[in-house]
Amino acid sequence: MASILKALRPVAQRITSTARPALRPARATRVYQHARPLSSTPCRRDDSADIPPTPITHRSETESMMAEAVSKFANDVIAPKVREMDEKESMDPAIVEQLFEQGLMGVEIPEEYGGAGMNFTSAIVGIEELARVDPSVSVMVDVHNTLVNTAILKHGSNWLKKKWLPRLATNTVGSFCLSEPISGSDAFALATKATKSDSGYRISGSKMWITNSMEAEFFIVFANMDPGKGYKGITAFIVEKGMKGFSIAKKEKKLGIKASSTCVLNFDDVEIPLENLLGEEGQGYKYAISLLNEGRIGIAAQMTGLALGAFENAAKYVWNDRKQFGQLVGDFQGMQHQIAQSYTEIAAARALVYNAARKKEAGEDFVRDAAMAKLYASQVAGRVSGLAIEWMGGMGFVREGIAEKMWRDSKIGAIYEGTSNIQLTTIAKLLKAQYTS
Amino acid sequence: MLNPQVKPRVNKAQTAVETAGVKHSMNPFDELSIEESVRIREKKSYPNGVTDIVAFTAGPPKSADILRTAMAMGADRSIHVETKDGDEIEPLGVAKLLKAIVDKEKINLVVLGKQSIDDDSGQTGQMLAGLLGWPQATQASKISFEGDGKGVVVEKEVDGGIETVKGCLPMVVTADLRLNEPRYASLPNIMKAKKKKTEKISAADLGVDVGRRLKTVKVIEPPPRQGGGKVEDIDGMISKLKELGAI
Repeated sequence: MASILKALRPVAQRITSTARPALRPARATRVYQHARPLSSTPCRRDDSADIPPTPITHRSETESMMAEAVSKFANDVIAPKVREMDEKESMDPAIVEQLFEQGLMGVEIPEEYGGAGMNFTSAIVGIEELARVDPSVSVMVDVHNTLVNTAILKHGSNWLKKKWLPRLATNTVGSFCLSEPISGSDAFALATKATKSDSGYRISGSKMWITNSMEAEFFIVFANMDPGKGYKGITAFIVEKGMKGFSIAKKEKKLGIKASSTCVLNFDDVEIPLENLLGEEGQGYKYAISLLNEGRIGIAAQMTGLALGAFENAAKYVWNDRKQFGQLVGDFQGMQHQIAQSYTEIAAARALVYNAARKKEAGEDFVRDAAMAKLYASQVAGRVSGLAIEWMGGMGFVREGIAEKMWRDSKIGAIYEGTSNIQLTTIAKLLKAQYTS
Repeated sequence: MLNPQVKPRVNKAQTAVETAGVKHSMNPFDELSIEESVRIREKKSYPNGVTDIVAFTAGPPKSADILRTAMAMGADRSIHVETKDGDEIEPLGVAKLLKAIVDKEKINLVVLGKQSIDDDSGQTGQMLAGLLGWPQATQASKISFEGDGKGVVVEKEVDGGIETVKGCLPMVVTADLRLNEPRYASLPNIMKAKKKKTEKISAADLGVDVGRRLKTVKVIEPPPRQGGGKVEDIDGMISKLKELGAI
């Protein structure tokens, strides 16, 4: 009896849902029940767009071409330099130049400003493809596109857009300066101050852990104009590299993503003109929150790319090269089960990443999805890249190839753009709001 | 054609290489041809200027991807002679199709890859020149134009040096590996390519018979390589060769 009830549940639900039409917003009548005949979940799709739901792995033609072009570029141009850049702890300027030439630094910047005018998911696809080869290059592109370019596109005045978007698309690396020695996870406790001056604003303080800061010439700096108001005093400004009082104090030596620069920046009464205010005074915290929410999807894509790169590198080795006890090591069941488990986890993480990207693009609320994607992708990246070393044995442990580097690079995924604990807090907060009656 | 990074495998019926579910990409020699055409325009090396670059392919619906790449690299438009999945056109068929396109579109320079890299035929360019009655220069490593707007000078790498040949437009040129280094399709150009046109047309529309004239008897994989042995020095090698009766 119970099983019959269970089987009838979808029907019953559909009946009840149509029985109270007044509670539902007006919708097109066509429902794609044929695609999910046994599902008890009501179809949530807005049927005004006459397209049946596609698999989450489905890419548009532009996105597939993007993936192919970036993958080819990454394998031909970046791959031969990965080890050297990691050992030298510096980004090859020729690579940066080529990233601009390829249009990878202006993915979402409209064509009128010299960018590619592509969609958000294209940027995600590009970040993932780059990370398969080098997560350091990937994070440079990620920060530049998802944080810096987006900040100007969304909040910049026309003057700022006209002046900076063409440069950001073609020759100027950007950097996003929020963290400070005393404020990391507690981002809005920042102490950098901004005061009004005769000609504009004066910024003083220091920033820490700033990605891209060696290469960048354009800095989005968050400073508090009125500490008495707390986070509501936080305002965003544009600082240019040559401005008096701006200096790079220290370049960090890191465990991973070594080719990506991370520095301490000092602002010693830096005078900036009025036009360099980004958006409105006192709105900086809102901008930062919304940018980081999106940016997380980029970091998540960097992590799934990293996981894929580490996985493929090891899978090729165990199934083609390494033999022990008279057979390829990848033919042992103990190995195969680990490999299968790892690939499943990568696929699950990618589903979260692409789903978050699609929801963002569709204008739906994606904050929890982005947090889940970033949290899980960084966990999977750490796990898979670690196992990949074990599968490869000694060859994974030596500083040749990419195996050990991928593992070191994966660690940052649990730290920047919101630590794993911050992601969990965000997810839990949203869940609590949903389930509190 | 198959992506050169993919290891080809023979299909179960031993009639061809397995193509289903395998990554495909543009023939690298064709990539060189597209790149060269775009460079001739950009560098203004042809005195009369390049008015139109048409990319051409004959293949299944999926081949349209290749044309989009060609247009993202700089071709102005493209023509796709669509075939059914699994149908393969022989070099003579492709040459006849190309001739029909050349006549229809009033083209005066055809640049193609020197050979396919799946079956390595290396025939299409030569057959096309024959059908058109045009001069041809194969395996070009450098293409330049004379000031009169007619003369074409082509350098080709041969054993021990460079052979230079000269001909007059209209002409057929096939591209060798060192002709240039093809660009990557940049993202803004990928977006621009979306606005360019691909004309779909069938062999029948062109009045060309692309029926097979060759029969593939059997396709087999090469025997697996036997592992070699390492020798310490030259003496070691000589004794090994003697042992094998080679010297």
